[in-house]
Amino acid sequence: MDALANLADGFATALTPVNLLFAVVGVLLGTMIGVLPGIGPAMAIALLLPVTYSLEATQAFIMFAGIYYGGMYGGSTTSILLNTPGESASVVTAIEGNQMAKRGRAAQALATAAIGSFIAGTIGTMLVVLLAPSIVGLAVQMGAPDYFAVMVLAFVAVTSVLGASRVRGFCSLLLGLVIGLVGIDQTTGQQRLTFGVPQLADGIDVVVVAVGLFALGEALWVAAHLRHTSAQVIPTGAARMGRADWRRSWGPWLRGTAIGFPFGAVPAGGAEIPTFLSYVLEKRLSKHPEEFGHGAIEGVAGPEATNNASAAGGLVPLLTLGLPVTATAAVLLAAFQQYGIQPGPLLLENEPELVWGLLASLLIGNAILLVLNLPLAPVWAKLLRIPRPYLYAGILFFASIGGYAANGSTVDLVLLLVFGVLGFVMRRYGLPVLPAIIGVILGPRAELQLRRALQISDGELSGLANTWFSISVYAVVALVVLLPVLLRVLQRRQRGAGPGDGTTSEAPERVLHSSSEGRL
Amino acid sequence: MTSSRTADPASAPGRRQGLSELLVPVLLLGIGLAVLVDASGLEEGLGRSGPVGPKAIPYAIGAALVAAALWLAVDVLRGGRGEQESGEDVDLSHGSDWRTLGVLFGALLVNTLLIERVGWPVSGAVLFFGSAYALGSRRVVRDVVLSFALSIGSWYLFVLGLDIELPVGLLNGIL
Repeated sequence: MDALANLADGFATALTPVNLLFAVVGVLLGTMIGVLPGIGPAMAIALLLPVTYSLEATQAFIMFAGIYYGGMYGGSTTSILLNTPGESASVVTAIEGNQMAKRGRAAQALATAAIGSFIAGTIGTMLVVLLAPSIVGLAVQMGAPDYFAVMVLAFVAVTSVLGASRVRGFCSLLLGLVIGLVGIDQTTGQQRLTFGVPQLADGIDVVVVAVGLFALGEALWVAAHLRHTSAQVIPTGAARMGRADWRRSWGPWLRGTAIGFPFGAVPAGGAEIPTFLSYVLEKRLSKHPEEFGHGAIEGVAGPEATNNASAAGGLVPLLTLGLPVTATAAVLLAAFQQYGIQPGPLLLENEPELVWGLLASLLIGNAILLVLNLPLAPVWAKLLRIPRPYLYAGILFFASIGGYAANGSTVDLVLLLVFGVLGFVMRRYGLPVLPAIIGVILGPRAELQLRRALQISDGELSGLANTWFSISVYAVVALVVLLPVLLRVLQRRQRGAGPGDGTTSEAPERVLHSSSEGRL
Repeated sequence: MTSSRTADPASAPGRRQGLSELLVPVLLLGIGLAVLVDASGLEEGLGRSGPVGPKAIPYAIGAALVAAALWLAVDVLRGGRGEQESGEDVDLSHGSDWRTLGVLFGALLVNTLLIERVGWPVSGAVLFFGSAYALGSRRVVRDVVLSFALSIGSWYLFVLGLDIELPVGLLNGIL
């Protein structure tokens, strides 16, 4: 059990008083920012990036560990207590959780979400601890064609799994790839798409793109459509639940973990599908299916656990291959790159203290989250009443600090503005944001691996698929591309035959189809 | 191919939305062409190693953008509509509020232009005040106090607490 010994070392790193303080601060900041309506975990991390600029890498990542789970938990609090439709990964939680809250069971909904998140996060992180070394063992044997194949898979997965429209996902990916092209070509030293601006020669900082698309774009979009009737916040006491709730929750927690983790670990596009699967599964298994849609606790427990387990699973490709599969992971990768750290198979070897410290901090942060958030729920609920002009002005304000502080240059503020407008346009016309950010991050690396692979094969295209690994990845790519087409054909045929399957719940399905990208 | 048909193309607002929807393919086409033109200006031979030069990928991405623009245009013309993003504070029943957006954009622009001249404590306060005003806050005195408290507070936090440089500008010597 080498991994466990390493994890113990990680705990030794993370448990020094100073580092523990950073973990607590991270959890508090993450929850606080994540609770604010309109701010999802990805935006929370993006906005908090500048706070860590001057920290040493280990401490910064200990703090990010807290922000990661804290931001996610904060998001589910919002969807439970706020009487407006939430989106994406917490969409199912929003449906059942909000119904529970309306029936005066907000405390129980928050408790099952918090405890479920804790259990799923802990099991998920332990799975990362146990799996990561062996995946790294495989990954160090991967060559350029294998890496290129995996990146193609990531591109295809984020464009076709997410969102209602594939063509729009594809457009978004291409926009990201173009942004990634800007700067000096790695092999010949020529400037591409810099238009003579010297500050663009180093390329565009991923942090600026992330803050622009996620924070500025979102704030501008919401500002243009601000709901003028103030949203109704359901009051709550400290989160707690009774024996009957425990009995109904533990099954969904464990099943949700089992569904969420593998979905997060493969580059297949986030928590939207697994949370929905968990919801449907719990409804089928429940002794009280009639409660679903009216506040069934299983419908909160399962999807919440799924959401967190899939976030933990997402750390596997991120840490072992340097492959982000969700918006949050993408921003986390941007944070790594700020420190000149390139996640990938060599990370575990080169920076063991950092990786194991990060994993230990995730476990610690998760525990802190549980201890703090059960009693603090009423305090977080108060944050939901923040006047909206201040909230969105604050996002623009802190996004501007982040954009400027990244390199201390006004050119970045101009770029921030450009990406903010782009983010607005993308939200207006239904282009998902995630493929763009994945394109920015992975595009340059994909080009590097492609050129390397073709250099080895001396220009032969077959050099891109000359290993069993790359061939099987391309098979999966073909599956991801063809499966939806196939499903649609089948669906059409079924619809022609008669009315659809009446047992699946209508509400989340409708929301799932209508919310394309959701809360980042 | 896949498209969410939320708006009814026959109704007047639906048709107007349809026309503005064509902005996206036009934008993509423009970017695609710019990428192609830029790529054509690159030198293939310069310090080259390997069979793939610096032009290949930009050419591929530029061409893909042009193709995607056409694909999207066809989708729009066949009635496909982009799904506007929803959210907790988002009310999609009315169109974009351009006045608010204009003022917000102005506040951001003012900050960009002024930050190195007058410093973050002033430009940040203008940014926050302007944004809050644009979003409907009308408690002027409270907003001014809050704006300066935030900008000066964040300046101290970043410069003294976190050791990150933010321009001090006009208030040099006072802070």
